[in-house]
Amino acid sequence: MAPPEAAPPEAAPTATSGTAPSAAPTVLEARGVGKRFPGVVALDDVSFTLRAGETHALVGENGAGKSTLIKVLTGVHRPDSGELLLSGRQVRFARPSEAQTAGISTIYQEVNLVPLMSVARNIFLGREPKNRFGLIDFPRMHAEAAALLGGFGVTVDPRRALGTLGIGTQQMVALARAVSVEAHVVVMDEPTSSLEPREVETLFRVIDDLRRRNIAVVYVSHRMDELYRICDRVTVLRDGRHIHTGPLAALDRMSLVSMMLGREISEVRRHGLTSFGSAGHDVAREPVLTATGLVRRHQLDDVSLELYPGEVLGLGGLLGSGRSETAKALAGALSLDAGEVRVGGVPLGRSSSAAAIRAGISLLPEDRKAEGIVPGLSVRENIVLAALPRLSRAGIVSRARQDRVVDIFMKRLRIKASSPEQKVGELSGGNQQKVLLARWLCLEPKVLLLDEPTRGIDVGAKAEVQALIDELAQEGLAVLLVSSDIEELVEGADRIVVLRSGATAGELVGENVSEDALLAALADHTAPADAAEPAGAPQPPDPAHPGTPAPADTAAGAAGAVPLTQPAGPGSPPDAAPTTRRAHQAPASAAEEDPR
Amino acid sequence: MTTQAAAAPARATATRRNTTAWFQEYGVYAAVAALLLFNAFFTEHFLTVDNLRTQLIQVAPIVIVALGMALVIGTEGVDLSVGSAMALATALLPLYLGYGLVPALLVALLAGAVVGLVNGTLVSVVGLQPIVATLALFVGGRGIALVLADGQLKQIVNPDLLALGTGSLLGIPLVVLIAGILALAVAFLVHRTTFGRQVVAIGGNRKAAALAGLPVKRVLIGVYVLCGALAALAGILATARLTASDPSSLGTLMELSAITAVVVGGTPLSGGSVRVLGTLAGALLMQLLRATLVKHDLPDSTAQIAQAAIIIAAVYVARERRSR
Amino acid sequence: MNPTSSLTAPGTGVKGSGPGGKADADRPASGVTAAERLLSLVQRQGVLAVLLLVVVIASFAYPTFATLDNSRGVLVQASFLSIVALGMTLVIITGGIDLSVGSVFALGGVLAAWASQWGLLPALLVPLLVCGAIGTLNGLLIARAGMAPFIVTLASLLGARGLLLAFTDEGATTYLVPKGSAFAELGQGTVGGFGYPILVALALFGLGGLILQRTSFGQTLFAVGGSADAATLMGLPVARAKVTVYVLSGLLAGFAGALNAARLSSGVTIIGTGMELDAIAAVVIGGTLLVGGAGSVSGTLWGVLLLAVIQNLINQIGSLNSSYQSVVSGGFLILVVVAQRYVSRSRRTL
Repeated sequence: MAPPEAAPPEAAPTATSGTAPSAAPTVLEARGVGKRFPGVVALDDVSFTLRAGETHALVGENGAGKSTLIKVLTGVHRPDSGELLLSGRQVRFARPSEAQTAGISTIYQEVNLVPLMSVARNIFLGREPKNRFGLIDFPRMHAEAAALLGGFGVTVDPRRALGTLGIGTQQMVALARAVSVEAHVVVMDEPTSSLEPREVETLFRVIDDLRRRNIAVVYVSHRMDELYRICDRVTVLRDGRHIHTGPLAALDRMSLVSMMLGREISEVRRHGLTSFGSAGHDVAREPVLTATGLVRRHQLDDVSLELYPGEVLGLGGLLGSGRSETAKALAGALSLDAGEVRVGGVPLGRSSSAAAIRAGISLLPEDRKAEGIVPGLSVRENIVLAALPRLSRAGIVSRARQDRVVDIFMKRLRIKASSPEQKVGELSGGNQQKVLLARWLCLEPKVLLLDEPTRGIDVGAKAEVQALIDELAQEGLAVLLVSSDIEELVEGADRIVVLRSGATAGELVGENVSEDALLAALADHTAPADAAEPAGAPQPPDPAHPGTPAPADTAAGAAGAVPLTQPAGPGSPPDAAPTTRRAHQAPASAAEEDPR
Repeated sequence: MTTQAAAAPARATATRRNTTAWFQEYGVYAAVAALLLFNAFFTEHFLTVDNLRTQLIQVAPIVIVALGMALVIGTEGVDLSVGSAMALATALLPLYLGYGLVPALLVALLAGAVVGLVNGTLVSVVGLQPIVATLALFVGGRGIALVLADGQLKQIVNPDLLALGTGSLLGIPLVVLIAGILALAVAFLVHRTTFGRQVVAIGGNRKAAALAGLPVKRVLIGVYVLCGALAALAGILATARLTASDPSSLGTLMELSAITAVVVGGTPLSGGSVRVLGTLAGALLMQLLRATLVKHDLPDSTAQIAQAAIIIAAVYVARERRSR
Repeated sequence: MNPTSSLTAPGTGVKGSGPGGKADADRPASGVTAAERLLSLVQRQGVLAVLLLVVVIASFAYPTFATLDNSRGVLVQASFLSIVALGMTLVIITGGIDLSVGSVFALGGVLAAWASQWGLLPALLVPLLVCGAIGTLNGLLIARAGMAPFIVTLASLLGARGLLLAFTDEGATTYLVPKGSAFAELGQGTVGGFGYPILVALALFGLGGLILQRTSFGQTLFAVGGSADAATLMGLPVARAKVTVYVLSGLLAGFAGALNAARLSSGVTIIGTGMELDAIAAVVIGGTLLVGGAGSVSGTLWGVLLLAVIQNLINQIGSLNSSYQSVVSGGFLILVVVAQRYVSRSRRTL
């Protein structure tokens, strides 16, 4: 099923960065494109050219306009001004189908397929193979789907419902759909965000293949290593404006990052730091929360941890390692098949959010919009939501007590709202997150579980939230910090528990709370994480010279995956900061750039 | 930076948005006022105490059902079984009137509450869509009522029960008084109690409410039970006015009238908000509209078509709110 | 060095948490398991099994049930609802709902009876035209104006009923179908003892199944119901598909009404109330998910037949009041949807 893992390291390099076919004709061009949404200028006079056979990186911060530009190119949005030219002829796409007919296909960050339908039907939706009666020829469709997926190293029954597959496999199906159409241009919006390393390698092979077939690729990613490995040219957007287009090899990472941020390089270096305090915390002797042997089918497989008052415990792990599930299980929001959570020595008993909250556990969920805010309710009501029973007598809410609490927390967390009556849905992401923090803090919890507390919020709010976390721990609260941002974990946490495949794989304490040690612990599938040393981390090529072909190989994702996914080599800490931060903020981009 | 960029165009669209917002907020009251004004000038004997009294008596059962419906819709649900709950209540009344008025009333109310309990359990514990969950009792509930009543219409002779339908206090018909008190109670429930705030939060974001430790299942069941009990009460009052128990026809299409009143009153079908006063106005608007058309000798068919048009218009205006 | 010691970038977040969005990367991406097949079979053909079971038991218990005459009667009765439910199936597969079909059914019957004085063709075309127009209006308001199907079709339920009343002098006039006309024959004639309506319904179901399962349009309906956003991004004509299903639903309901008028020889004004709910019940009992994205027309056919058989049985029992019919259908509905719910739940956690 998988391509051979151990391929000779001296195999031909996959990436040919900087060797773009400069004489190649332009296939797709956007000229002076402008797009505004109610309240936001998403694109302002942006131009973009794509040459045949090139892989073109499109980068920018959240809100830079990447997603909007892609949506204009693929017919989801119609531009307010400017024009699109496909192979030199002006085109207007009224809807995605028209762009697809014109030869532009797209892979989205989130799998945009139909989970209830079979794999084959998803691949061929809208262009099913027909028999001579004009009816769908299922045997042929299944055979073609299987062949197509087989080419990507995916063996899956094409009759299976898509929703029963893992996200990575689903993304490969999306890829199969995108490249199986007669496309001149394939747009990939953060295609690797849910892929396994092996699948990332397959994707890169597919991109290579597209390059050979002279098909142009627009590649959006926050992962610098991926960009430098596979992209020929780069276009940088910032605040909806075009900043730069040129060969990627001609730019080093720092210059690229400073273009994206619009700051001087020295400033970028400084800004890479988080806003956590540098001092450690006074940690109590007795744990306030202990979890032993948490098991939940398919998600958790023996997670144990202890959390002490006054500490920030980091919870690290890759996608699918069970980090969010652990946080949810601790907060009673996921039922457990085995294992126990004790608070102050008392078992929590049956899984229920209400019981956990009564015991003093508060969870700030990962998905702010879906699981956190009630957008139609006011700031006040969102803050007091969980505390309602405490603020009322005989089931009747006390206005005075409620207003007092709201006032205190709006001031303390500096929530920027026109009034407590303003609807939370109208606030910025950072202020929404603060409202949620207030919701939990007004319960005066003993344990605060924070799942990605700074994801998708602006830099200022991020700093405030990080400072607050620090402050809360100093006040004696036990904080569990779940974050996919390595830098945030390392700088924010006193101690880091590492999860792998739903189980605790090790713990980093003291000196070992470092990016290198954490990376090694995350990466290592065999050695115990707490034994990992910085020197044990795989040695990537010097990222400062991306023109040098990476020692990757076409056949497998073995050693080749190392440089592409590891943002910071041990020797280049200054690069690491902005890189991880970009990657970290990735998931918010779609939401922030597409206000509907 | 996003906020700064947002400021200018936001102001540009503000006027348009304000107009829509005004209609969403006050449209239904303006419509009621306009209709009254129209009748004051163009309809004889409309703004008389007698006529208004009749209109209020007629609208009272709809208002009572609509109050429960508004709560259910506030949780992003819908209750199609209210007509069946009314039928059950009316079928049970004559069976238990022999034990006295109070036991009979309690049994009838209990039946409504049980209907709600079943609905609420199917929605919250089993996790069915509200339309399907309540569809089952919509189909089955009236059947049970007919089985209980043996498919027969029964005259009601109990004077105490009949007094509920015809009596009045301080010149206000009891039926209207009860509907008014209930409206106040529901408004208080929604705005001032923990339960009410939880209803709205669950409708606004069920996942978030669950993670915030709200007793989602209990609240949902409570809402459906309330809705069922209110429907049963409406059934009792309607029976008292009819002076007969007719489970085959009492409350048919009541779900439509109630949903219409709620939606026209500005409560979004997507949940997260309950407008009690709006619901009252919505019910009143539909009632006055029908009465106006009747007074002008326009047939029932026209009334129905007009009703359809108003529902569409109300939802069309509300749609703008959601897309903001 | 361990060759697999690569890692995805730490900035990876959990996204697109579909039903499969769990940590199942380690699960082999193998074929459909036997358990999954069984569950999907139960979901799809469970009703058929129940239907057969009921029929077998009834045949033994009530000798009058399994007679040819009785079966023909049941089938003719079921044919009208089945045609309405066929349209409803398509609508529900796209994730919508059409509450207007009962009124449209009645309106179609009245219009057909009225127009039948000019012959067969007008008697069919007039109701189709008007009911198709109502369906179009529903579809446009839902697909283009983005309004909730529930409320739009609720309004057209009222509107269509109003039209019917306006057309029949507030229900006072009943139009009669000329005796012995070709149109009356369409409703009353038989082939081999089976009435035309049965054959027409079967033909429509065959066609419906073919369109749903074997054409791109059918696949689009499933995609729209499964995920309208994904369908849009895949370039499928989502709005057009939505409008089309409501038009089809209106047409089918109107046509069923016309057939029914032909059978009854008159445009009865008071029929059709609550029919939308019978149709929905049949569709849901037939295994079509009310949230859309999955379903079949064959399931709907079995669902309609099951309801019809139950009704017939209650009539056979005789001692039972006819209101037991609705009690039993309501009970069945709960049973089926609860079972469906648990089946799909266990399917997801497989």
